[in-house]
Amino acid sequence: MKGTKDSLVGELSAIVGSSAVLFQPEDLLAYECDAYTIHRGMPRAVVFPKTTQEVAAVVKHLYGKRIPFLPRGAGTGLSGGAIPLGGEVIISLVRMKKLLHVDVENRIAVVQPGFVNLKLTHSISDKGYYYAPDPSSQYACTIGGNVAENAGGAHCLKYGVTTNHVLGLEVVLPNGEVIELGGAPDMPGYDLLGLMTGSEGTLGIVTKIMVRILKNPEEKQTVLAYFDKVEDASYAVSDIIAAGIVPAALEMMDTVAIEGVECGTYPVGHPPGLQALLLIEVDGIAAGINEQITEIVGVCKRRNVMDVRVAENEEERGRWWANRKTAFAAMGTISPDYLVQDGVIPRSRLPEVLASIRRISETSGLRIANVFHAGDGNLHPLILFDARKPGETDLAVEVGSAVLKVCADVGGTITGEHGVGIEKREEMRYVCTDEEIEAQTRIRTVFNPHNLLNADKLFPKPSRCAEIKIIQSDR
Amino acid sequence: MNQSGIRMVKPHTDESTLVHMSATDEDKFAACVHCGMCLESCPTYDELGHEHQSPRGRVHLMKAVAQGKMAISEAFADPVFTCLDCRACETACPSGVQVGTLIEEARGQIRETLPLTGWKKTISRTFLRKLFPYPARLQVLGKALKVYQRSGLQTFARKTGLVNLAPQHLRDMEAIMPMVTEPTLTKYPHGIPANGKVKMQVALFTGCIMDVMFSDINEATIRVLTRNGYEVEMPQGQRCCGALHVHAGDREEGRRLARQNIDAFLEADPDKVIVNAAGCGCALKEYPELLREDQEYRERAKQFAAKVEDVSKFLHDYGYRKPQGKLNARVTYHDACHLAHGQGVRREPRELLESIPGLQIIPLPDADRCCGSAGIYNLTNPGMAGKILDKKMENMPAEAELISMGNPGCMLQIAMGVAKCGRNQQVVHTVQLLDWSYQKEGRYVPAEEV
Repeated sequence: MKGTKDSLVGELSAIVGSSAVLFQPEDLLAYECDAYTIHRGMPRAVVFPKTTQEVAAVVKHLYGKRIPFLPRGAGTGLSGGAIPLGGEVIISLVRMKKLLHVDVENRIAVVQPGFVNLKLTHSISDKGYYYAPDPSSQYACTIGGNVAENAGGAHCLKYGVTTNHVLGLEVVLPNGEVIELGGAPDMPGYDLLGLMTGSEGTLGIVTKIMVRILKNPEEKQTVLAYFDKVEDASYAVSDIIAAGIVPAALEMMDTVAIEGVECGTYPVGHPPGLQALLLIEVDGIAAGINEQITEIVGVCKRRNVMDVRVAENEEERGRWWANRKTAFAAMGTISPDYLVQDGVIPRSRLPEVLASIRRISETSGLRIANVFHAGDGNLHPLILFDARKPGETDLAVEVGSAVLKVCADVGGTITGEHGVGIEKREEMRYVCTDEEIEAQTRIRTVFNPHNLLNADKLFPKPSRCAEIKIIQSDR
Repeated sequence: MNQSGIRMVKPHTDESTLVHMSATDEDKFAACVHCGMCLESCPTYDELGHEHQSPRGRVHLMKAVAQGKMAISEAFADPVFTCLDCRACETACPSGVQVGTLIEEARGQIRETLPLTGWKKTISRTFLRKLFPYPARLQVLGKALKVYQRSGLQTFARKTGLVNLAPQHLRDMEAIMPMVTEPTLTKYPHGIPANGKVKMQVALFTGCIMDVMFSDINEATIRVLTRNGYEVEMPQGQRCCGALHVHAGDREEGRRLARQNIDAFLEADPDKVIVNAAGCGCALKEYPELLREDQEYRERAKQFAAKVEDVSKFLHDYGYRKPQGKLNARVTYHDACHLAHGQGVRREPRELLESIPGLQIIPLPDADRCCGSAGIYNLTNPGMAGKILDKKMENMPAEAELISMGNPGCMLQIAMGVAKCGRNQQVVHTVQLLDWSYQKEGRYVPAEEV
């Protein structure tokens, strides 16, 4: 191959064609990170297969030569799952972006892994259907990436996360073998589909996905509530759930987050001086929706709400959601860098956890914006920092870890939907014992015996002699 | 934690490439948090799937260059010049990163470091420095084209196959070249009075190519404006807006033209400066950015830019009489990038069309997706421009008889698409439809419609 001494480039080009391989360092630079920018590493090459056969052939070749590799979708992941740490070959799935099949009668859609999340809903909306998991990055993220990370989203409170919507997968195993998991109807035996979903690209590369699609709800209403005390908003969240309502979404933003979104591209015009706002949506059959809305407004009033309103039309509802869904990225307007955390806590502990986060922010001197799926206790504290200031990146990472410790200590966990990736590897120890981690790495070994596929992700670096031995004997 | 990670690109040590007159603005790229929300909006990313051919990737490389991690090389120039500068990513970006301006700054930086050589330099200099800035020379070219079209030479060239000696994309372009008419700037040196009571005084920005190739659109614009009580001035000192220069990285010539236009229009002191070419309008509105380091012109640029308005938005905001002439046709509307993404004008032209009796509007899927024209992109990157045009034409509803838009570059490009697909659709400027409707009512207006 012209322009490189790496013979691998020619070998990969023979499989996928020379226009589907990147290898010049300048072209690879943009692949040194995904949306988690704190850790970076250069890949050896990037390949762009277009078919399952090409993925399998590339993987088989790399496996044979014991060359490490990893899959990448749109690169919108927030935990660094697609960042090469050991000069891996990146297998980019963005050119596998077809919608293969839609079966409205059986409520099924089949997509290639590079198909963008929101495009699925757009493609079936004229038939009255949609795809429920709606991560905030759904404008750009791929369904393949969603499967790898078991992505969530604002509406997962009622509808569940990606794993609740995946019916079948075609997977290229790390040795190049192609297998099919699940399918309709559900198969007896171990739930390998569940194991593969959320495995963060460490067990196989997904090349085809069968998902469940849902009928659009008959009715949908959205409430926006402003509070001058975070505690009141937190109690309102618990009260709504306690009242027996299961909102489709129950979102919260605090002062700093509101400041960010109001500076961004989709401001709503929230009044200044708010401590918190709640965005609450209920949907379903039309009967009963109004009663639920009345109940929700009543709860907010009992919790001293400053102002509470119901969206008057689809346009207003859309503006509220655009404001919320672009919250992370809008932080760019008030800070050059941010680190987003993904802790989960029992809903009832919200006020005390928020108080702890505030203390961590004050002690460290770094501002923290809180945006979260309050309904299911999934917090997204956004730690604002400036990577150009010496030491501030490390400080942000420490602060993030401290926040996760708080979550774990109240009986929560370290990730709700963003995955562990590189970012939270060490924090796995907050929630898993050494034995539990070892048990999981043994499962990985069954699928990924030489740990060539996305090595060094998801689990902490080996700390015990036994684990090191396992890995050495595998290599 | 190791912040820099593993790098294969050696830190760039040559200080000279780090300091540039037009280095990209750190505050502008620092606003990018690398979220990737822009990816799907980018036509080149959609085609190639390469991260470095996406808005986020391009900004990433600009950061790398500014931090000295990457040299200004062909590998940097390629993604920066493959960008269409369509600004769709700016609409998508939650943080308001000004990718278009960053791209233009990076192009300036590249052309300072890696000046064009050989035939590329000759062609670029001939067009950008020796032709576009001079209305008289453009008119000579226009006259030559007129001779070519009317003397039978065009027919001769087409019949004999002489035209086939040109590269395919130039041949495609020749096939749809509009008939050249007399430029309005010289035709109306003293402006055009309003019909009836004068509501406002406006100045028309006639554009360079626009006034040679599409002077009929300028004529239509003048008729619509004067008919609605707007007196139209034609400042004679005006020149090309400089958008093509800034897009090509020739910021110096861009600034020179900007100063000249600012002088010409502020001297005429109209209430508004009306533009009917989205690309020009966007460039004129961005003069304050282009001249932000020019002590003398910085404030004047702001004063000027505040007056600039696209014709459709101007009519919508300041009022126009609803036309009565019935146009029995089906029309679809294409959002020019520099109108929708660049100036946020989307609703107004559609409302103008809706106000025309008899006109049936057919929605165009992905209406605000670039058509591939992008200034002279279809000449410099014909391959990519062609693919993007194909996508536009796939979406183009076949039942539409008219395709309306607000930018001459898009008009040429989409006319080429129509010709390539062998369709029988007419490409028109939005203001032309309004003009036709007015003209039709002049002859015969049925009583029930008045």
